[in-house]
Amino acid sequence: MTSPPPGTAGTTVLTSEDMHRALRRIAHEILEQCHGAEDLVLLGIPTRGATLAKRLAEILGEIEPAFNPEQRCGQLDVTLYRDDLRRLAPRTLGSTALPKAGIDDATVILVDDVLYSGRTVRAALDALGDYGRPRTVRLAVLVDRGHRELPIRADHVGKNLPTSRTERVTVRLQEVDGMDDVAIAPAEGSRQ
Amino acid sequence: MIQLRHLLATADLDRASAVEVLDTAATMAATQARQIKKLPPLRGRTVVNLFFEDSTRTRISFETAAKRLSADVINFSPKGSSVSKGESLKDTVLTLGAMGTDAIVVRHAASGAPHRIAHSGWTNAAVVNAGDGTHEHPTQALLDAYTIRHHLAGGTGDLAGLSVVIVGDVLHSRVARSNVRLLETLGANVTLVAPPTLLPVGVETWPCAVSYDLDQAIDQIKPDALMMLRVQHERMSAAGGGYFPSPAEYQREYGLDVPRLGRLADAAIVLHPGPMNRGLEITSAAADGVRSVIVEQVANGVAVRMAVLYLALTGKEER
Amino acid sequence: MSQTRTVIVGVQVPDGTRCDIAIVGETIEAVTPTAKGPLPTEGPEATTTIDGTGLVALPGLVDLHTHLREPGGEDAETVLSGSRAAAAGGYTAVHAMANTFPVQDTAGVVEQVLRLGEAAGYVDVRPVGAVSVALGGERLAELAAMARSAAKVRVFSDDGMPVADPVLMRRALEYVKTFDGVVAQHAQEPRLTEGAMMHEGIVSASLGLTGWPAVAEESIIARDVLLAEHVRSRLHVCHVSTRGSVEILRWAKNRGIDVTAEVTPHHLALTDESVRGYDPRFKVNPPLRSPDDVTAVREALADGTIDVVATDHAPHPPEAKDCEWAQAAFGMTGLETALAVVNELMVQSGAMTWEDVARVMSYRPAVIGRVENHGRPIAAGEPANLTLFDPARRWTVQPDGLETASPNTPWAGRELTGKVLWTWLRGKPTVQEGKVIP
Repeated sequence: MTSPPPGTAGTTVLTSEDMHRALRRIAHEILEQCHGAEDLVLLGIPTRGATLAKRLAEILGEIEPAFNPEQRCGQLDVTLYRDDLRRLAPRTLGSTALPKAGIDDATVILVDDVLYSGRTVRAALDALGDYGRPRTVRLAVLVDRGHRELPIRADHVGKNLPTSRTERVTVRLQEVDGMDDVAIAPAEGSRQ
Repeated sequence: MIQLRHLLATADLDRASAVEVLDTAATMAATQARQIKKLPPLRGRTVVNLFFEDSTRTRISFETAAKRLSADVINFSPKGSSVSKGESLKDTVLTLGAMGTDAIVVRHAASGAPHRIAHSGWTNAAVVNAGDGTHEHPTQALLDAYTIRHHLAGGTGDLAGLSVVIVGDVLHSRVARSNVRLLETLGANVTLVAPPTLLPVGVETWPCAVSYDLDQAIDQIKPDALMMLRVQHERMSAAGGGYFPSPAEYQREYGLDVPRLGRLADAAIVLHPGPMNRGLEITSAAADGVRSVIVEQVANGVAVRMAVLYLALTGKEER
Repeated sequence: MSQTRTVIVGVQVPDGTRCDIAIVGETIEAVTPTAKGPLPTEGPEATTTIDGTGLVALPGLVDLHTHLREPGGEDAETVLSGSRAAAAGGYTAVHAMANTFPVQDTAGVVEQVLRLGEAAGYVDVRPVGAVSVALGGERLAELAAMARSAAKVRVFSDDGMPVADPVLMRRALEYVKTFDGVVAQHAQEPRLTEGAMMHEGIVSASLGLTGWPAVAEESIIARDVLLAEHVRSRLHVCHVSTRGSVEILRWAKNRGIDVTAEVTPHHLALTDESVRGYDPRFKVNPPLRSPDDVTAVREALADGTIDVVATDHAPHPPEAKDCEWAQAAFGMTGLETALAVVNELMVQSGAMTWEDVARVMSYRPAVIGRVENHGRPIAAGEPANLTLFDPARRWTVQPDGLETASPNTPWAGRELTGKVLWTWLRGKPTVQEGKVIP
């Protein structure tokens, strides 16, 4: 989803510094739990998940010089795998770019900005299956706001954010939105 | 993002929409390099290929596109043309509707038949025109534009500033009608080249230039793309003894032969919607030469039709 | 049965004055200016009074060009349903075209149609005789037999098909002189219109529909006026639709050639732009033309170059139009909407007076068709064939609400201005307060 965040973002829950610290922690967690960076492939879900994946890959490269961010990071568009294609206006397709080496037998880290219903991740798992057969798939998200509708959980979370369903969580990233922050706002009118 | 309720004519697309269709097609094309080519978005949807006119290539292209998007495909080719009285078009469409059809891809000898299916209240299905009489063939124009964009415009955006020359039987060509409108919408400069007998009365109001002289068009316009139209054999034996004196004369005046091929700019490409009459409107040297993108057009047809079906069959249900 | 008198009070007659009109029996008893005081009401007759305020009285309309379809096309129209439609439109006489099955090319068939018309009783049905046997365009039908029959045929036409062969046309023009007949030509050069489906021009080029060029009409009219001059006979041109045709007719009339011409309400009103939706209700022969042609036929009607408005009422059953354009039948209905269309386009615009309307829809058609007792002025002693029209009444055309048995009106769903409230055929009302009497 590429809808631009509204001008009034609400209460800031993560600042730029918080975000950076969270990503560093996640990077360390990944290396620790995966026993190094070998076979690691990061796939971000467009739009902001892809940006986060790139940042995460750079951090991994700083920590582990053997990890080449450019060759190990890509993006995975899941639009064609969504289960709500007939409910909303037609969606613009994002692009998918996998690392040259592919994903067979790799440890794939799916990266997204917000984990909510889990449906996007479900779609990503289906899409992955059509591109290859990873050895392991893990999930890293910047924010987990709860309210799962599918049996899916994240392996790495930047911040657990208790929300109500009517609240709106907005992630802004420098590369896309010109600034870094995560904010929470009460429902505005009919907007979701 | 545009939602296509139907795709009946290229005139239905403005520049932004046309570019979106091409962009969507490009994404679809990228998925077709995978080992697993099937995508799930139209799972459980039914697409009927309703072909009143034989066109194996177009039908197969639509069928492939629909299947790659996981739709169920039913091919239905009622026997006989519209002229021979069989079941009426309306009854055929009502029958398909009763079977739960989400999209009808129509090829029909009568101009406007898809328009009638879409707007007569016979069905709620999305209607995609796969060629109607001498009216339009919008997905052909889209795949032509896609091919031109891929080769000459870096594969993105529109076709602003490119010059395209379309040669041949414009009068009876749905491909020409669709291309003139779409290419103009995308910013290209289009010139039609044909003998006056094969140009419709009123062509002067079309958004394109018209010439009777292919050599002059090649030398003066220096086209980026040259599109050769198929000459139907029945055009040589129509009322008044045919639209031109003989195949030999047509070939001399309007065929893409080796000398004309040689005078094209280095980067120029040659298109043909197929099936070709080698030796009539196009020589083998041109059809098989380095400038020819004719085989690519076929491959691009699948991606473009995937895009059209995706845009027509996803999105809010308003049916 | 005792006679009744009907008095229409304060109605506008074609010359523009307000009059009271009294009808007794089959005749107009008196017409007096309203200001001159009340009409006689004495006598044994019971008097019905109709308030004519705001209404226009016209002589009963006469249509030179109606397809009643019976015999053979009863799924589209019968003489009864077509007669009711005619009455509803203000007509008291119609000419039933010859392209029935069997074709009206013998005395027997034209008399059958005459009898069906008499039995229906809503309008005088005047059968048109075919020019050629079975409309085949090859040899003359027995024109004299039809002329001498009870149907007294005076108008001969292969309408639907042209008399394409110039020799046959010449013979027909010569032959009808015997009984003061007229050949009504459907002007269409067949070779120039093979497979043609609409006017050839900008719209046909864009829609990819085979064009019906104006020259295919004009070339036949040019030929036929010269033939009519050469053999000194009478020619009538059906449904003129192009500027070129108008110019040829103007030239011919200036030259003294005995030619008359008609235009349909749809050619006065609609252009080929209507075809853009591929809705076959707009498929008609000759086709709807360009805006310039429409302007030309309107001017020609106003200045008399075109003599009459004729409906070319052409009913078709639903399935003939509920299909793709190429498959659809040519033609549209028009009896019930003609006067409203002429009112809107020609009268309200100021291009024509009511006297002009009476001329083009009653006087002249009756003269061309040699129809006795129709197309007469509204005056004492004349047959009481009358129509009473409300030129301000707005109504929305609903195919289901029309008398014609077919739904192919181009005006479906559209609002028209002007409605026939009363029609009298020889003093007997056929339409009463806007409703056709049962």
